[in-house]
Amino acid sequence: MGTLEFKERYDRNFNTLSHEEQKKLKNSRVAVIGLGGLGGCVCEMMARVGVGSLTLIDGDSFEASNLNRQLLSEENLMGVPKAKAAKKRVNAINSQVSADCFIEYLDESNMYEQIKNVDLAVDCLDTIDSRFILQDAAKKASIPVVAGAIAGMTGQVTTIFPGDMGYKLIYGEKREKESKGVETITGNIVCCVFFVASLQSSEVLKILLDRKDILRNKLLITELWSNTFEIVDLT
Amino acid sequence: MIKINLKLFVTLSKYLPEDSECFEVSENTSVEKLISDLGIEDGSVKLIFVNGKKQDGKYLLKNSDRLGLFPPVGGG
Repeated sequence: MGTLEFKERYDRNFNTLSHEEQKKLKNSRVAVIGLGGLGGCVCEMMARVGVGSLTLIDGDSFEASNLNRQLLSEENLMGVPKAKAAKKRVNAINSQVSADCFIEYLDESNMYEQIKNVDLAVDCLDTIDSRFILQDAAKKASIPVVAGAIAGMTGQVTTIFPGDMGYKLIYGEKREKESKGVETITGNIVCCVFFVASLQSSEVLKILLDRKDILRNKLLITELWSNTFEIVDLT
Repeated sequence: MIKINLKLFVTLSKYLPEDSECFEVSENTSVEKLISDLGIEDGSVKLIFVNGKKQDGKYLLKNSDRLGLFPPVGGG
């Protein structure tokens, strides 16, 4: 990107971000795992703020029940892979961002391969067991994970560094039969989806830019009906 | 008796008693006993936190504690 375009495009990021920080974001590589409610929003924010390289992964395609909350879903995109729509959206927002999309579900066999060359993974998955798989793969790849999860008007965000206990502190021991949380009962409301995706995105920026107040070994819990906002010490 | 501030999240909120912000329990009641007394189904609490810190079910409640019970949340 030319110097002039760089300055104009990111003019309103300054001076909350310094020029050096903006360049650091340009040189950063982030994987967004899961491109539903949280992931679609996180993608949008990564592209706009100027994270230079995005890996976008989801095996799913849009259906009508996504329209209530998923930013990238549109009536005319039913049946279209979410990863394809995410790449198109990123390219339309910021042609200076390199976006690779993968239409595939991730499990133990392919998770590590997909994240081994990025600086950070954003967990926007929708099952608890796949979150544990991502945590293990990220440990192997020596990268942090920024995790968000939602149910109804309640959400949670945490950051897991390699070697941290991470999900075990939140969900207990991994148990296949409890792969889903209470969101199967509550559904998910768009305000909460966007809010939690915003918290994840700001957490990503803080980590990439070596800023303080990371949610490491902490769980931020929010409940929007009652305006509850609490940071729980997990250690 | 002591008074605690009790907050139950998502699907657990249906078990919330009246006066939950000033809920009376016997001194040194454990969290697991309270969970059982409230009729909350076994295993539906994933995370217990008291005054902003994770605790286990054996924690003995003290006056003015802020207790939060959280179910598994996994949606994306």
